[in-house]
Amino acid sequence: MTDFWPTLYVFVLASFIGMGVIRRVSRLLHTPLMSITNAISAIAVVGAILVTGGEYPLRIRVLGAIALFASMTNIVSGFLITDRMLKMFKTDKRGDGGHS
Amino acid sequence: MIVGVTQLAYLVASALFIFALHWMNTPPTARKGVYAGVAATTIAVIFTWAQPTVTHHVWIVLAILAGFVVGVPLSRVPLTAVPQRTALSHAFGGAAAGLVGTAEYYLGVSEGPEHLTTFRMVALIAEILLGYLTLTGSLMAAGKLQEVTWVPQRPVTYPGQNVTNLSLFGLALALAAAITLHPTAPWAPLLFPVIIGLALLFGVLLIIPIGGADMPTVIAILNSYAGLSAVAMGFALDNKLLITAGALDGSSGLILAIIMCKAMNRSFTNVLFGAFGQVQQAKGAGAENVYKSETPEGAAQVLEQASLVVLIPGYGMAVAQAQHKVRELYDQLKKRGITVKFAIHPVAGRMPGHMNVLLAEADIPYTDLVEMDEINPDMPQVDVALVVGANDVVNPAARTDKSSPIYGMPIIDADKARAVFAIKRSKNPGFAGIDNELYFSDRTWMLFGDAKSVIGELVKQLAGGSGMH
Repeated sequence: MTDFWPTLYVFVLASFIGMGVIRRVSRLLHTPLMSITNAISAIAVVGAILVTGGEYPLRIRVLGAIALFASMTNIVSGFLITDRMLKMFKTDKRGDGGHS
Repeated sequence: MIVGVTQLAYLVASALFIFALHWMNTPPTARKGVYAGVAATTIAVIFTWAQPTVTHHVWIVLAILAGFVVGVPLSRVPLTAVPQRTALSHAFGGAAAGLVGTAEYYLGVSEGPEHLTTFRMVALIAEILLGYLTLTGSLMAAGKLQEVTWVPQRPVTYPGQNVTNLSLFGLALALAAAITLHPTAPWAPLLFPVIIGLALLFGVLLIIPIGGADMPTVIAILNSYAGLSAVAMGFALDNKLLITAGALDGSSGLILAIIMCKAMNRSFTNVLFGAFGQVQQAKGAGAENVYKSETPEGAAQVLEQASLVVLIPGYGMAVAQAQHKVRELYDQLKKRGITVKFAIHPVAGRMPGHMNVLLAEADIPYTDLVEMDEINPDMPQVDVALVVGANDVVNPAARTDKSSPIYGMPIIDADKARAVFAIKRSKNPGFAGIDNELYFSDRTWMLFGDAKSVIGELVKQLAGGSGMH
C-alpha cells in the first residue's frame, strides 16, 4: 500500500492554498472563476487517459473513453468560455480594445 | 527516469493551476490565468499520454476529438445560458470521475485483492459516490435552469423527504462500508452497481426540493463536489496533480457557496434541506397595499433631472435579455452628465457573478459595477434607483419583518434612494413568493412590463427629449 500520509498532506495544503487564492478573486469574476475551475477539475482527464490507453479489457476501456470524452469537453468548453467572458470585462467604453 | 520526468511535469502543472487562479483576482490579469490553465492541462495530457502503460492511441484520439466537437459549441452559448452550461459541465465532471472510478474498481477485482486495499477502496467509493451524485444532481439543476418541461421548476417537497434522503444516503454508506471491507467477495461486483444506482438517485432527490432562487448556492456546492471527486480519484490513483487541482476546485466551490449563503443569511443545511418557496402562504395580503404606477414618459423626465442614478439588476434582466437596452439607457444618461452605477447583489441571477458577466457583455465598464456593501452607504444620496427585474434583493422586509422568510438577508437599500422606479413584469410576487414592501413605498413608482421593452421606451423618451433641447 502506498503511504497515504504525504498524499493527505498535499490535499490539505492544496485546499489551504485554494482558499487563500480564491478568497482574493474579484467578485466581478465569480462566473468566469466557476468556468475556469470547471476546466481545471477536468484534470480527471489524466485518469481517463490511463484507463482508455492501457492494456485492459474492452469494457474497461469503453468506460475510460467516455470519461475521457466528458473531461475533454469540459476542458475545451471551460477554457474557451472563460476567455470569451473575460474579454468582455473592459474598464473604458468602446475604442482602445487593449484592456482585457 | 521516466517517472521523474512525469512527476516534474505534474509539479509544473500544479503550480500553473495555482497561478491560473491567482491571476483571476483582477480583470486585467485574468486572461493570463486562462493561458496558465491551458498550459497546465496540456502538459498534464501530454505527459500522461506519453507514459509507457498507455499503448492504445486510437480511442484516445477519437475521444479527444469528440470532446472538441461538443466542447466548442458549448462554449458559444448565450451568456444568459451560462448557469445551465456550468451545471452541465459539473455533470460531465461528475460522470468522468464516476466512470474512471468504476473502471478502476473492476480492474482491481480482475487483478486481485492486493490492488484494492482498504485505503484505495475508501477513495474509490468516495469518487463514485461524489461523481455519480454530482452527475444526476447537476443534470437536474441544469434542467431546472434551462426550464426543461420534464424537470419540475417549483421545489418538490413531500412529508418525510429529509428522512427518506438521509436513510437512502445511510444505506449507500452501509453498502459502501461492506464493499470496502470485502472488495473481492463474490457478491461485491454485484453490489457495486447498486451503490452507483443509489448515488444517482440521491443526486436527483437532493436537487428536486431546491428552488430557482437557491441555484447560485447549489451550483457552487456542485462545483465543490466535482472538485472533490477529482481529489478522490487522485487518492485512488496516487496522483498528486489530481489532488492539487481537485482541491483548488473544491475549495473554490466551497468559498463561493459560503459567500452565497452569507448573502442570503442562510446556512448550508437550510439551503439543502430547507425547501425555500414553501414558507410563504398565509400572510393575508393587507388591503392597504396599493401600487403607484408611472409611465415611461414620466420616469424619463425624473431620470433627466437626476445627478446620480443606480440601476439594480436581477434575474428578470437576464430573462428579458435586457442588458443591451440597459446599455443604451446608460449611454443616454451618461450623455447628460449623470453618474450611473450598477448595484450588484451577490445572489442576483442564477449563479455567482451572473449579473457582472451580462453587463460586461453589454460593454458596460466593470468599474461602474459596484458591490452591495460598497454602494449601500451611498444609497441615501441616490436620486433615482431603477430596479430592473430584481425583487427579493431589494425587499426591505429582510431588515424589518421577522416573519419573512428572507428576514436577515443583506439587501441593497433601494428604499433609501430619493425615488425608486421598479420595472416588473406583472403584479405577482417574486420567485420566493414574498410580497415586496418596496413597491408600496410612497417613493416608489412601478413600471409594469417586460424589462427590455420598458427600458427601450425610456431610451426612446430620453433620446427624443434631448433632440428638443
